[in-house]
Amino acid sequence: MHTGFAFLEIGLTRQKNTINILFKNIFIITVGLLLYYMIGFNLMYPGDFNGFIGSIVPGISPPENGMTAEYADGGYTWWTDFLFQGMFAATAATIVSGAVAERMKIGAFMIFTVVYLGFVYPIAGSWQWGGGFLSSLTIGDAEGFYDFAGSTLVHSVGGWAALVAVYLLGARIGKFYNGTSQAIPGHNIPLATAGVLILWLGWFGFNGGSVLSANPEATSLTLVTTCLAAAAGGVVAMITSTILYKNLDLTMFLNGILGGLVGITAGADQMSPEDAILIGAIAGALIVFAVSLVDKIKLDDPVGAIAVHLICGVWGTLAVGLFGAKAGVDQFLVQLIGVLCYAVFCIATSFLIIFALKKTIGIRVSEREELEGLDAHEHQMDAYPDFRLNEH
Amino acid sequence: MKKVEAIIRKSKFSSVKKALHEVGVNFFSYWDVTGLGNEKEGHVYRGVSYSTSDIQRRYLSIVVNDDFEDVTIKAILSAGSTGDVGDGKIFVSQVDEVYRIRTGEKGGNTLK
Repeated sequence: MHTGFAFLEIGLTRQKNTINILFKNIFIITVGLLLYYMIGFNLMYPGDFNGFIGSIVPGISPPENGMTAEYADGGYTWWTDFLFQGMFAATAATIVSGAVAERMKIGAFMIFTVVYLGFVYPIAGSWQWGGGFLSSLTIGDAEGFYDFAGSTLVHSVGGWAALVAVYLLGARIGKFYNGTSQAIPGHNIPLATAGVLILWLGWFGFNGGSVLSANPEATSLTLVTTCLAAAAGGVVAMITSTILYKNLDLTMFLNGILGGLVGITAGADQMSPEDAILIGAIAGALIVFAVSLVDKIKLDDPVGAIAVHLICGVWGTLAVGLFGAKAGVDQFLVQLIGVLCYAVFCIATSFLIIFALKKTIGIRVSEREELEGLDAHEHQMDAYPDFRLNEH
Repeated sequence: MKKVEAIIRKSKFSSVKKALHEVGVNFFSYWDVTGLGNEKEGHVYRGVSYSTSDIQRRYLSIVVNDDFEDVTIKAILSAGSTGDVGDGKIFVSQVDEVYRIRTGEKGGNTLK
């Protein structure tokens, strides 16, 4: 997943910020895993708890049956559980990295990541996957919020923070001129393409693995729905953007694939192939409109993270109440309540963290640093020392 | 001796090179340049239209004897043209002297 995110982010941004983006992605995966070991895993899976906030128990130690077939019905061991969930945690913070690219101070980003990944993500996750209040929220026939592999718990949690961060940071210099959005083309579209295809493969691990056992039927169905939603998302985004903008924009095609993937994630094991195609297709259309909406409200999201992870994450979560085995008014209401709970919690916490950083150490690099590139100033490095092509 | 400098479309470089060889002009230098001009290239990126006036062209610098001036210019004019705006320009100027570095000799013979 992280190779894919790193490639996509550097591909859709300018070469002068490449080291900075790679650095953030490497920071997230390394520090994310350590944090998840230190506090995250126990906070997210507290066992019996009040349903809202678990307790902080440093380190991980397997329960008595952790290595035997009794743990998780014999599907996997405690160690596997930790590793799998740790990768999810590291993904949530990566979403923010792309949205704040090319202008956020690396120090502020690192502090934000540590707090958000260390505390906010596991607490939010515990509400559902840890057996908290949302997992037992019952309305009518619907028993419990449903998020199979993280449309809300991973993608929206990252997406809400991305939205708040982009709002507090402001747009990149030159993004809006006389009130209209300007194009700041990414510097390496082949890398962005490779990134999306790698993410697609990574999704097989996340969605397929979320079956939490090697059950052949459930796992293979999940892989089929994941694949079809991605394909439908890409195709519909391509068609929509072609109709709207009269050009065959590869980056929209790519974002559409990701939108389909994020959209199917909440209900990947509940959908028929036809449902999956519909969910992916709607996500693909949403992407194109969301990218332009984000532009219209003067938010600068260089890689489309808000459109992909937030909008399609919310869509995928609601889609569980509209399509597939769980569809129904009651389930839709439960899904909606879940979405709203995460919205309030994530917006509030990320606003607090980033606003505090803004008022203390500052979150934005200086104008000169931004114009000359974060690589030169934050890292004193050059991603392509032999190929100095552009001054800007 | 004359210096014939030409700014041409990159897509016309191979036909101009061939035409120059055909009239006996076998030595010249060239490099890629970026400039500004009347031509605007339209682009769309993620739903935002923009145009760039940065134009990519190839710059040829050819030094010839006076009797080659006409054929050189004719070769570029015919092989480099598409008829559209943006085909480029040719500049002709006087060259006072030419030296061959290996032998130290000077004059028109050094261009043959």
